[in-house]
Amino acid sequence: MSLISTLARLEAVDTGRAQPAATVRHRHLSERPLVFVPLITAGEAGAPLGALVGSDRDAPRLLVVPQPRDRELRFAFLAELADVVLPYLDGFADAVEAAERSETDPETGKRVKVEVELCADAPQMIVPSRAGVDLVRLLGRSMRFRRTAEQDPEAPFPAPPRVPLLGRWLTHFGERARVPGSCLLLAMTDVLGRHWATGQSTLEDQHLGALLAWIDPPEGRSGAEAAQEAELARDADGQLVCPPAGPATDPAFDNKLLAPAIERYDRARTALAAAEDGVEADDRLGALTAAEREIRALVESRTRPTWDAVWRGLDLLRELPEGARVEERWTRDRWSFTGHRDRVAAGEPPQPRRDDAVTAANKLAAREREQARLEAQEALDDPLVMAARRLSGEAFAGEVVDVVMAYSESKRPSPRPLVTVRTDDRPHLGERVKVYRSLGGKPQTAEFVGYEAGPEGGLLVLRIMDKMGRGKEPEPGSVPEKGDRLCFTLFEHEPRGGAKLPDPEETPWTHGGPPGEEPAPEPADPVTEEDVL
Amino acid sequence: MTAPVEETAFDPGSAAARATDAILHDTLHGPARGVVVDSPPGAGKSTLVVRAALELAEAGRPLMVVAQTNAQVDDLVLRLAEKNPDLPVGRLHSSDTDPYDKALDALDQVRTSAKAADLAELPVVLSTAAKWAHVKNVEPWQHAIVDEAYQMRSDALLAVAGLFERALFVGDPGQLDPFSLVGAEQWAGLSYDPSGSAVTTLLAHNPDLPQHRLPVSWRLPASAAPLVSDAFYPFTPFRSGTGHGDRALTLAVPSDGSGPDRVIDEAAETGWGLLELPARHTPRTDPEAVGAVAQVVRRLLDRGGAAVSERSPDPTPLTADRVAVGTAHRDQAAAVRAALADLGVGDVTVDTANRLQGREYDVTVVLHPLSGRPDATAFHLETGRLCVLASRHRHACIVVCREGVTDLLDDYPSTEPVQLGTLVKFPDGWEANHAVLSHLAEHRVAWRP
Amino acid sequence: MPPPRKRGKGLRHRLAELRGPETQAKALDARALAALAANPGCRRRAILDGAGVDKAALAGALGSPSVFGQSQFAFVRGNAFEAKVKADGGTELLRLAHEKLDRGAEPPAGARVPDLTAQGPEGRTARTELALREAAGEPGAWTLLDHPMLALDVAGSPAFLEPDAVVVHPDGSWTVVEIKSFPMLDGAADPAKVGAAARQAAVYVLALERVAERLDPPPRVRHRVLLVCPKDFSNLPTASAVDVRKQRAVTARQLARLTRIEEIADTLPEGVCFSPELPAEQLEQAVESVPATYAPECLSACELAFHCRDRSRAAGAVTSLGRPVRAELGGLTTVGDVLAAARGEAGDPDDPAVAALRRAAALRAEALASAAEGTREAAEGTREVAPCR
Repeated sequence: MSLISTLARLEAVDTGRAQPAATVRHRHLSERPLVFVPLITAGEAGAPLGALVGSDRDAPRLLVVPQPRDRELRFAFLAELADVVLPYLDGFADAVEAAERSETDPETGKRVKVEVELCADAPQMIVPSRAGVDLVRLLGRSMRFRRTAEQDPEAPFPAPPRVPLLGRWLTHFGERARVPGSCLLLAMTDVLGRHWATGQSTLEDQHLGALLAWIDPPEGRSGAEAAQEAELARDADGQLVCPPAGPATDPAFDNKLLAPAIERYDRARTALAAAEDGVEADDRLGALTAAEREIRALVESRTRPTWDAVWRGLDLLRELPEGARVEERWTRDRWSFTGHRDRVAAGEPPQPRRDDAVTAANKLAAREREQARLEAQEALDDPLVMAARRLSGEAFAGEVVDVVMAYSESKRPSPRPLVTVRTDDRPHLGERVKVYRSLGGKPQTAEFVGYEAGPEGGLLVLRIMDKMGRGKEPEPGSVPEKGDRLCFTLFEHEPRGGAKLPDPEETPWTHGGPPGEEPAPEPADPVTEEDVL
Repeated sequence: MTAPVEETAFDPGSAAARATDAILHDTLHGPARGVVVDSPPGAGKSTLVVRAALELAEAGRPLMVVAQTNAQVDDLVLRLAEKNPDLPVGRLHSSDTDPYDKALDALDQVRTSAKAADLAELPVVLSTAAKWAHVKNVEPWQHAIVDEAYQMRSDALLAVAGLFERALFVGDPGQLDPFSLVGAEQWAGLSYDPSGSAVTTLLAHNPDLPQHRLPVSWRLPASAAPLVSDAFYPFTPFRSGTGHGDRALTLAVPSDGSGPDRVIDEAAETGWGLLELPARHTPRTDPEAVGAVAQVVRRLLDRGGAAVSERSPDPTPLTADRVAVGTAHRDQAAAVRAALADLGVGDVTVDTANRLQGREYDVTVVLHPLSGRPDATAFHLETGRLCVLASRHRHACIVVCREGVTDLLDDYPSTEPVQLGTLVKFPDGWEANHAVLSHLAEHRVAWRP
Repeated sequence: MPPPRKRGKGLRHRLAELRGPETQAKALDARALAALAANPGCRRRAILDGAGVDKAALAGALGSPSVFGQSQFAFVRGNAFEAKVKADGGTELLRLAHEKLDRGAEPPAGARVPDLTAQGPEGRTARTELALREAAGEPGAWTLLDHPMLALDVAGSPAFLEPDAVVVHPDGSWTVVEIKSFPMLDGAADPAKVGAAARQAAVYVLALERVAERLDPPPRVRHRVLLVCPKDFSNLPTASAVDVRKQRAVTARQLARLTRIEEIADTLPEGVCFSPELPAEQLEQAVESVPATYAPECLSACELAFHCRDRSRAAGAVTSLGRPVRAELGGLTTVGDVLAAARGEAGDPDDPAVAALRRAAALRAEALASAAEGTREAAEGTREVAPCR
């Protein structure tokens, strides 16, 4: 943790209110995000209990599994979820703009520009916490290998086609969320935590209610008090006043409220099944409906506060101006969305269970590149982030005190002006270390020449190396002038692209060799024999 | 391939020679596509690489050499040129400014280029893994030598492995592991985890490859090899190439009784010294500890040190270029450099563990990674870091540390998460730290600056 | 003058006093021992656990009740899964042990499953040891011990431990089995949960090694344990071998250090008692008499954590914000001291921690001011919001 963010946290303790950890918003926020607040059943892998989902703040759709151990009901939940999510995603698929992408021509092996479609906007899914992102991934995994009746007439529990399709989309969102700076799927606690420093630990920041309490405490109360109450306060029945943001529920809720309600539901269902005539069945159906309604009310009571909290978080974030380079990163998300749209349309199979060697290496390289890009862009967009880089010696800011024109020693001399900068910062500079400043949004390179009066003097001499045009005289505005306030970084502004890896068919012997025959389609998951776990 | 273990029967020279012969035999004549060689600190890895390269070239096998940094590549080029001035050597380099050591330009037999095609017909071409990864559409080399293979990431090997048919992989398993800047947990347990070490992937897919070990450290003195071997290579022990009487460090100027002088005497006599400052929580650049390091270095140079070793019977003066300071962090290194400058010492190497990998000095002064820390993070407990710092010296290693690290270690045991299917990395940093500390405790000089 | 204290007996008496008269000692189970090893620097936790104090009850009496609870859904599911794994004489469990750990051995068929029921923990421990002896006497067969009982000496008093199962291999070696209800999905599982299971299993391995030492020849206790979990989204068992050598080494060292309990007890003032029956004020003083090393990680591991958090926050300890916060603060340990140093109101400017804090504070203030100005100018349309031009 940087000393600057440590200080922000301590200031938060001192003032009783979260302090800014950023001065601009570093994540794109959609005009129309899809908020998803899921709950799961304790002790069961990916067994949903219910969810609130939708993009209308005032009208979330409530989905409930009244008996989570019942496979039919769980599967029905997933189909319903697909009914909400897929139309939302489809709403972004058709509006496109023309764009260019370089591809390798299969005939000549050369890189050529091809005209392709790029979706004009992309969907954005927001879950309350990091555990919610994991659940999205888990749900995606549990659905994408389900077989439809069309694929396999013998499949034991055929799924409607929209279920495996949703699985593929959730998997895509889950994978994309691992890319630093991506915004297709966001956890509200992470985004808030990126922008505010609270007076508690990052571990405690995972509680959405407590985190919001620090950022925006109720009138007349300190963040610490409000956060503690959000975390721990219970009503007379021993229930948490601010239910956890899930997807896990509070054990006291499970044991005291949910379990008895589910038991009543089970009894009503058994009774209905045992009904001997229509009248009796009607009666008992009424009882079953009532029991189900009770569970729905319970699930809503635990998800609605979180739903509201997520939207409140969005309100707070929208008050921050968007960082200058956020749009550029969101374009990458749009590419990601468009790419998956195209793969689905092309009939490609679902993402495999585990990446092959080449895919894994490509993903890791891409994420490392995006991490470097994110770190550089956040610093360039936000003086508070840059302050931390200056503190650690990776950047320096100062005033130009002298500019001396000089030229390179070649047949056609190019301008290489020497610029003296006065700074109080202490960058880790060595001879000929390259530094960069942003000139009209593009990096201009300079080389460190030396200290004018020793390292303690704070006078650095730099030689400007590029972005001055082709002529003998530098283009106007391309050379710093005396009196300019400048900020140079020791890190590059644009990450370099790595080398291209071999195609999976050419996996070398050190990594298991080529995959061989056409890979068999991934099998469906084994299923529990019992219908009810 | 291992030598008999009895004290009397152990002849380091012949044990090492047998290992080398077996390695070269497998490399030149064996049926396996790959050969793996584990080399502990100072076991003659570079010598082996150069010799294997020369023999492969002599056998007419086009050879590419993959190293991890430009400095390593340049070093190998110079060594090759020194051993065989008639052998044409290609140095493939990047298109950055100053991509290689200017000393290479003075050698007629070395051709440098940023394009692999320019060097294609040369018997040996050397470059970094990063540069090799950009080489495409060429006829594969018959043979490759991959140096520092344990510090190479699996994905880096994936990028270059298509360029060669067979390869000799050489490296030190005890040094710092490769790392990734972003989480790679989703691939943990996969044989080809891209963030893992190249050797781990290679052996997971080719478990039958011959694996050798260089059994003798020529660098580490008899006083250091057992500790380093036990603490960092518990399942693959090695020995020192020299005996207890073979090396000596003498000081012309007697001790002035100060802490630095006493710890220098202790280290000169036993090979190890621990200068222990009073317990205190400090920031990384603890001025007292940094000052103590600088004073130890100053006194080392002032006291007219001279080293006697199997290399030369005449004492060699302990000059600034034979001394190095090792730290965990860059800001600590910078602070030590500043403190040394204040004492008028300029030519002593001061660097972090990462940058000291592969280097060798007569005496090292180490600022213990856990000194003064209020907590112990995985970074500070990483085995490789301590291993690098404790194995750079030919004569003596002096550690400067605040009291209380043992308790700190006990308060921060490793409670790491466990990924199914991954090999447990041994030794554990926590245990290795304990082992080193308890050994150092026997060479302790308590001092209040 | 009291007679010279006998080690062990004296300590036991002293611990009973700390626990309070007529308060049953809470048994130390493997989970507690493993957790103890997770924050061994905490003297408060060490003495409370060592004395067998019911920390949950104590936390309740102090007014900061623990929030640990188990959902009955998880409980039912866990039990059902374990029963399924062990059904049919442990056929599936032994099949997994054979497949994952001992492929070279004869496949298990008709394994012995000795009855281990006996009176009380001592009785069950003796019965388990007998069953292990018998198994050692008849090599070549597989034996499954279902819920054996093992004793481990912890700081002078025995802790009784109950692994899910122990398997005796045909070669006479022993394997600890842990059955957990979190899933193994495509061969991977939640690393934090696997880590916790491994630490717990390491305690069982140590306890088994004590039993093995008493046999001649001592059987080998395997350092790879068998972790059994549900496969993917089903309730079908699958398993993975987990190497617990590291956890075993760490736990062994920590257990050896637990002899410190006596030292800690000796530093307590006379009459200190942790009985939840006592009034809160008195308890607070008692608890306060042993220092704690609170960190936010305690919240998920220790019943007393919320009490300690309150105290830690009240004292202004920076570690209440997380251990890493301290890393660059040197000797400054409270929020007040750090802020005073950062603001230039206190602290030695030559102390690098103080100097760094002041630089950080200045840079932070400068950045916030320039951002505020930038926002204002942007609002007036005079400048784009960019810190670096």
